[in-house]
Amino acid sequence: MRIIRANEILELTRRLILDAEFNIGVDVRAALEAALKRETAQPARLALEQILENQRIASEERTPLCQDTGMIVAFVELGQDARVESDAEGGFEEAIQAGARAAFYGGYLRASVVDDPLFERANTRDNSPAVIHARIVGGDRLRMLVMPKGFGSENMSAIRMLPPSAGREGAADFIVDTVRRAGSKPCPPTIVGVGIGGTFEQCALIAKKATARRVGSVHPDPRYAALEDECLARVNALGIGPAGYGGFTTSLAVHIDHAPTHIAGMPVAVNIVCHASRHAEGYI
Amino acid sequence: MNAIDIALPLCAQTVAALNPGDIVRIGGPVYTARDAAHRRMAESLVRGEPLPFAIAGQTIYYAGPAPARPGQIIGPCGPTTSARMDAYTPQLIKAGLRGMIGKGERSDAVREAMREYGAVYFGVVGGAAALIARCVKRCEIVAYEDLGTEAIRRLELEGLIAIVLGK
Repeated sequence: MRIIRANEILELTRRLILDAEFNIGVDVRAALEAALKRETAQPARLALEQILENQRIASEERTPLCQDTGMIVAFVELGQDARVESDAEGGFEEAIQAGARAAFYGGYLRASVVDDPLFERANTRDNSPAVIHARIVGGDRLRMLVMPKGFGSENMSAIRMLPPSAGREGAADFIVDTVRRAGSKPCPPTIVGVGIGGTFEQCALIAKKATARRVGSVHPDPRYAALEDECLARVNALGIGPAGYGGFTTSLAVHIDHAPTHIAGMPVAVNIVCHASRHAEGYI
Repeated sequence: MNAIDIALPLCAQTVAALNPGDIVRIGGPVYTARDAAHRRMAESLVRGEPLPFAIAGQTIYYAGPAPARPGQIIGPCGPTTSARMDAYTPQLIKAGLRGMIGKGERSDAVREAMREYGAVYFGVVGGAAALIARCVKRCEIVAYEDLGTEAIRRLELEGLIAIVLGK
């Protein structure tokens, strides 16, 4: 049995969060540069130029891309043949939380989390807690995907329990309508993650994970690939454009993931991320 | 870049001359305020208490900066979604607020109040936080320090490129 020290998990968490906060993915950058070639109107071009310049500054100065450094979401897969051994901070979950705190202090991130959501709404002051989604899988490794999530875009996300009769068209209409209603609030050009199927919470989870798929990658199922293309074309015909200044680029990609669901249901979740599309992945 | 230079605080004539879609270059003082600060200011108005800064003619920037590193004036400080402040904005405009900087659409009530009282709403690019931080030449907390990033700060801006989204 392979031993994974809690401190290794802490360090991986810290490193991945800071990587996501400071650096844009090469796939997203390429998509933004392609968008700049397409856009002709001055406001849209200005927005894209500022977004690209901002990314250059953030990466060079190792400063956060956005002041909303987000609530930290960590997807973790732990191999069943590995055993986590506690260190000073504690075990598996404590190590992730400690890694998130270390990133907060070391990276000068913003404290963006409140404790009670309804009443006091008191800031927790160290951006804790991180949201952890853990699974046990085969093998003896630990794989982590962190996604610092800003709420400009998170607030514009939506889920609907559609009836099976809604079909492909109902799903596409809901996706496009969610982006339309979001307008310029989620910091377009966005990436639209979609979950179809599963249960209520699974649908939302696969939508969130779908946002991290490589921009420019093609869905392996041609039917879903065609649906993604259609939704992206419809979304970009809305005219919202970069920063909401009008243009052809409201979203860089629509990524759909799907899961088996109940005979009575067809849930569709739409999770929107901004043009920074912050995420980073690593292994132990 | 072909931008109209705007010196804050705004006067009525400056606002009157602006049109939606105009690209502007903003310099001068703004006050940051977002969700929690707006809630407190609205409560002050209800109780008939003074606001924490003289709002007449001033501009609010909807922003909550990330912490400054040692030697920095301010951390990344892009705009937050203006619409969350829509519930409070008409009463602030009525109290004298003349300019707003943020991102995203505003409500009908805010647009109506802007028309009635002659206020203007500027958009800056959401997420361009490290770039915008370079336009901040001074930063001091003026109220609600306990709110952390949501405290009201007075920023001295220089060369902030924005676009007129409404007036």
